This record gives sequence, structure tokens and C-alpha cells, in this order.
Amino acid sequence: MAAKGMVIIDENRCKGCGLCVSVCPVHILKLADGRFNIRGYRPVEVIDPEACTGCAMCATICPDVVFTVYRRKMRREPSTAEPVNAKSHTIRW
Amino acid sequence: MAVEMIADMELVFKYPESLTPRVTHYCPGCTHGVIHRLIAEVIDELGVRERTIGVAPVGCAVLAYDYFNMDFCEAAHGRAPAMATGIKRVSPDKVVFTYQGDGDLAAIGTSEIIHTANRGELITTIFVNNAIYGMTGGQMAPTTLPGQVTTSSPRGRDVETAGWPMKMAELIGMLSGAAYVTRQAVLDVPGIRRTKKAIKLAFQVQLAGLGFSMVEILSTCSTNWGVSPLEALDWAKQNMLPYYPLGDTKVVDEVRALMAKP
Repeated sequence: MAAKGMVIIDENRCKGCGLCVSVCPVHILKLADGRFNIRGYRPVEVIDPEACTGCAMCATICPDVVFTVYRRKMRREPSTAEPVNAKSHTIRW
Repeated sequence: MAVEMIADMELVFKYPESLTPRVTHYCPGCTHGVIHRLIAEVIDELGVRERTIGVAPVGCAVLAYDYFNMDFCEAAHGRAPAMATGIKRVSPDKVVFTYQGDGDLAAIGTSEIIHTANRGELITTIFVNNAIYGMTGGQMAPTTLPGQVTTSSPRGRDVETAGWPMKMAELIGMLSGAAYVTRQAVLDVPGIRRTKKAIKLAFQVQLAGLGFSMVEILSTCSTNWGVSPLEALDWAKQNMLPYYPLGDTKVVDEVRALMAKP
């Protein structure tokens, strides 16, 4: 099943403060282990993109506007089209 | 590829147009970043970016003009409300706001903010209260809590000699020229959402010409409090919220009518 939501992480804006990790209701965010971004911080990562609900709580508390959030459109009738399997991911410049 | 991937999804959170792409100099987890973003989102939603002029303070937010994608001025320490008054009086069609910290607004600039509010100038003030001087190295501010250890009060703030923390929202709320004064906190997600509503209302008060509006925002300073960003949120909830109760301290009837509108 396609994920309900998707976050795109602008990794090099992240300062690794971990506030997003603390508010994610489905606990799919964590700080990278043994890897650093261009500023020398451990950036946030999505560990289970399938579980993302697109609630945008991470983006709401993030002081550095690291996240862009998408949420699957709600339809009254189920779409006949195959759902596109869009997943949360990181962008690295 | 990107377009194909998001075909079935709607964008629910994006980078606000009113912020420049620059990464802020604030410490990791500093809630200044959240407040900047909320102001930017509100200005985007009101569609007034092209005619907004901000006034930056002295303090951690001294470089705010680099982060907001709009016209900005830098005022002398504490003088942002005086500068904003001048800008608004010369160009009444502009949307003018000041962004000030507690050292700027409640210490050196106390006179300016009180008289600006009392004159009912049509500006909006965003007041960031984190109970300490951030930029200069964690000295005691007028808003520092009783007993709070800072670099200039190593045994904790002694109210016998240093007086009591200033409750600016209550103080400004007493003045006749103020139309809307409130205190909010950006310490959790619901609080951030309420703060955004308050900032939006404050700007709407200015746009409707109802009087002076101010939003005091309880914020954190993990670096100078000596805790992690996450612990700083808890510290503020446990120590600041009891002394600085959240809520509106002044809402005139016209603003109440504005609040009732959908």
C-alpha cells in the first residue's frame, strides 16, 4: 500500500536539534548515525517511509524549515488508477 | 520525476515565500526559527509581502533582515518601535512590524514600546521572551525568572536586588492605545498553531487600523540555559508558564468582532 504522506527533507538545512523526532506521532524520524551533513550536523532521516501520515507535525516544530510535506488526496470514490508509490526521501545538494 | 511522484498527493507544507533560502545563524533547536517561519506564513496568507516593512532589533534576531524576503530596517537597540512609528506615519499603506527580544524590548527599549503602545501606533510587535540575553552570552534579562542562574546572576536572580521579572503582555495590555495584546508559547505543536493564529490576528488588527497589537511569545534558549533543545522546551513549560500565563491580556471590542469572523 502506498504511504499516506510523504516528507521531503532538505538535509543541508538540518541542524540536528531533534525536535521533529520528539513530535512524530508514528516515530519514523531519527537522527543519522555516523553521517553528517554539509554543516557538520547529524541530519534527520525517515526510517519507515511507508508509515508516514503526512500530519506535518515535524514541519510545524522544525525551526529551520527542513521539511516539505505532501499528503495523499482523500477521495469519496476509490481511484481506479494504481496509486503512485511516492515515498519520503532526502534531498542532498 | 518529481512531478510524477507527487501526482496523487497535495502539498500541505511548503517553504514560505516570505523567507529567503538562507539558513539562519540560530543555534540548533532555537525557536526563533519557528517564529520567523510563522510570521512569514502569516504574511504569505495575508498577501501583503510586497508592502510589508519589518524592523529588526539588536539581539540574536539582529540579522532577521537576511532571513525575511521583504523590506527590512535595523533599529538601534530597543528603538524598533520608534523607527516603526516613523515608517508607518510616513507610509500608512505599508504593513509595519517589529521583531524584538526581551533584552531589546523589556530592558533598553521599555520606554519606546510603552509610548508606542500608548499612542496606539498602527504597528505590530512580535516580542520573543526567552528569559535571558542570548546573543551577549546569557546575562540576566528583565524577564529572567526569580532564582534563575545566568552568567550575571551566578547565584540565581535575587528579587531583593534585581527586582521581579517584567510581565510585558500585562503591562502593555493596560494601555489605552493597545488594541490586541496576547501571550503565546512555541513550546509544542498545538502552541505553535495557536501562536500562528495570534500573529495573524495581530496583523489583521493593523490592517483594519484598530490600534497597536503585540504578541509576546515564550521561547527557548537552550545554549544559555545550558540544556539540550528538547530539555529547553520542558524547562520553559515547567518554569516559564507558571510565571507567564498564556492568553490575551487586551482585546478591544472591534478585535473581538474580527476574531468572530471566519
